[in-house]
Amino acid sequence: VETNPSNLSWLLAAPDDFRLQVRALAGPESAAHARRLASHRLAINQLHTLGRALPGIIARDRIKTTKLGVLSNATTDLILPAFAVSALRHGVWLENVATAFDQAVQQALDPSSDINRARCDFVLLALDHRGLALRVAPGDPERARRLVDHALQHIDALARGLRNGSGCSVILQTLPQVPTALFGSLERSVPGTTQWMIDRFNTELRALVTDSADLLLDVAALAETVGLTQWHDPVQWAVGRFPCAHDVVPLYADWLARLLAAARGKSRKCLVLDLDNTVWGGVIGDDGPDGILLGSGNPAGETFLCVQEAALALRDRGVILAVSSKNDDETARSAFRRHPEMLLKEEHIAVFQANWRDKAANIKAIAETLNIGVDSIVLLDDNPAERAQVRGALPEVAVPELPEDPAFFAQVLSAAGYFESIGFTAEDRQRADQYQANTARAELLGSASDLQSYLRSLEMKAVVGRFDSVARARITQLINKTNQFNLTTRRYTESQVMALEAVSDGLTLQIRLLDKFGDNGIVAIVICVPDGPDWMIETWLMSCRVLNRKLEETTLNCIVAAAKSAGVRALIGQYLRTERNDIVKEHYSRLGFERLDEREGGSRWRLEVAGYAAASVPIEIIELDSPGSGPGPDQGRLPDSAGA
Amino acid sequence: MAELLVLNKLTSILRDVFDTDDLVATPDLTAQKVDGWDSLGNVRLFLEIERVFSIRFSAMETTSLKNVGELVAVIEKKTHR
Repeated sequence: VETNPSNLSWLLAAPDDFRLQVRALAGPESAAHARRLASHRLAINQLHTLGRALPGIIARDRIKTTKLGVLSNATTDLILPAFAVSALRHGVWLENVATAFDQAVQQALDPSSDINRARCDFVLLALDHRGLALRVAPGDPERARRLVDHALQHIDALARGLRNGSGCSVILQTLPQVPTALFGSLERSVPGTTQWMIDRFNTELRALVTDSADLLLDVAALAETVGLTQWHDPVQWAVGRFPCAHDVVPLYADWLARLLAAARGKSRKCLVLDLDNTVWGGVIGDDGPDGILLGSGNPAGETFLCVQEAALALRDRGVILAVSSKNDDETARSAFRRHPEMLLKEEHIAVFQANWRDKAANIKAIAETLNIGVDSIVLLDDNPAERAQVRGALPEVAVPELPEDPAFFAQVLSAAGYFESIGFTAEDRQRADQYQANTARAELLGSASDLQSYLRSLEMKAVVGRFDSVARARITQLINKTNQFNLTTRRYTESQVMALEAVSDGLTLQIRLLDKFGDNGIVAIVICVPDGPDWMIETWLMSCRVLNRKLEETTLNCIVAAAKSAGVRALIGQYLRTERNDIVKEHYSRLGFERLDEREGGSRWRLEVAGYAAASVPIEIIELDSPGSGPGPDQGRLPDSAGA
Repeated sequence: MAELLVLNKLTSILRDVFDTDDLVATPDLTAQKVDGWDSLGNVRLFLEIERVFSIRFSAMETTSLKNVGELVAVIEKKTHR
């Protein structure tokens, strides 16, 4: 039972005096403690207790919230506080916009409804099969298909109403399957049974959402991992139209929270692996590389192969792998080099920290080497003492509790959902390799005599264009997860990014950087909006991977060129200070802007367009084909000839 | 299970669910006398009782009991089986 994901076994148990600690949140400076409390394994009543305390903290500390509206055909009163607490667990302060029971249609379609007027960031359409009129029609395939089509059209109309009515991102849910069948094994082969219709609905809904700016909460998949008889509770549906068992609400809420966090760029990026008794059995320092348990032919060895497979699969989808182990470096590496059953190789590990320092220090070093925040890191470690040490020293690191039996490690890591993603882009697939290429560049820098010649030797090319549909997912991702090199840290949902593609005044820029070691992907984003005769640079952000490569100057060259041809007088730059973006405090000063004013929250800058002479940069500019420049077979791809 | 033992456990459950430290479960206690014991509070209370005593209530039981005395009787019946 402990391994059922509905128990959230990867979280620490709640403290015994939980209720009193929640009460103490009424005292000053309690926001951080509220987040720590939210990070525990909480039952639905505890979620309720904490959830009700959050609005007071938000109001008192004027915390910036994400607004979520929920439309459902069921009772959500116990679910909404769980949403708020779970979101906080994932770093998002959530404000629920409540609506009356079973009012989805009126709320979605009426532009002046509560939900549309509330200007939600996200609206969750939480309808289940009972709210979609999927009446049983076995033996009438045509009618069955029609019923499913109508249900999908209905959902689509509601989503459109919400998008148009309030500009929010809509989150759609698949339908959990029902545990009851009319025909037994034949059930899903007979068109018109409830199970057949739910299957068809879910398949088509997933396809629909993939091609849109909406988000998908796959409740069907969630209910499967829990088990359908545990998911549904006929008593509670009868008692108060509760959509699912109260016991599964904590996990349901955590799934929604992961999705919101992913949309806000707060998913984890890097998995740090302990070695002894985590990726192999035994202690390599004592047992030697031939003595560790790993691989087929031995039940314990098999379980560790599963851990390695899981780590490699994560790497293939863009999660960075690192190692932190209390070992001598040479001893730890010997398994990677010599053990024939090792699936993990040294080249898969972006940072390898085997030493006798404490793990928190190692994890900090890993974060610094990779130029990511410690809040992007997950530590997988079998040792409860190490886990406690890291949690105490670096509460931002996610450290899953693990069961004694390593056979469950991979399952728990997956169930904890640290690496939730709202899209899968080409950049994600190549990310791990890009970090490898960074190491190669660092070596080249070591051999080059000076920075100028190093940069020239990289043979860089920047592919520059306006926002387009091809890059939409990646642009949204960058806007929402770039924290350090980000002048204003303004977040945009995918539908807002889509809207910018059609805007003709002002400027949007996406910049892809290539060099002789490979494609770094899209690494810089700029949004300028007209402000009288000037352009306000509303957003300027860059991936930290490409700092100090003259891309800042290159980007400014591009902005000024566009501004000149649009007859713009000056560029107005803004720096809005956050906890993370100190490195760009003097960005505009470095680029020759004149300081207009400086306040506690940031500064404003100005650059006269006519007086700007393009900086000389070691990067060749290639214009991305814009849709207006005529149809060609290469649209959206790199042109063959480079216009300098 | 002895009535007193059940009442003692109910006292701590009631305090937890309704977040009040001075509440005491007595047989004649009713929902009207407790701040927050509305229909939703009732659902929260019953699911906490289910968890602590490892029992399940029917829909009927969840909505039809008149006072804590009747509640204790149902809990005793279920835990004796």
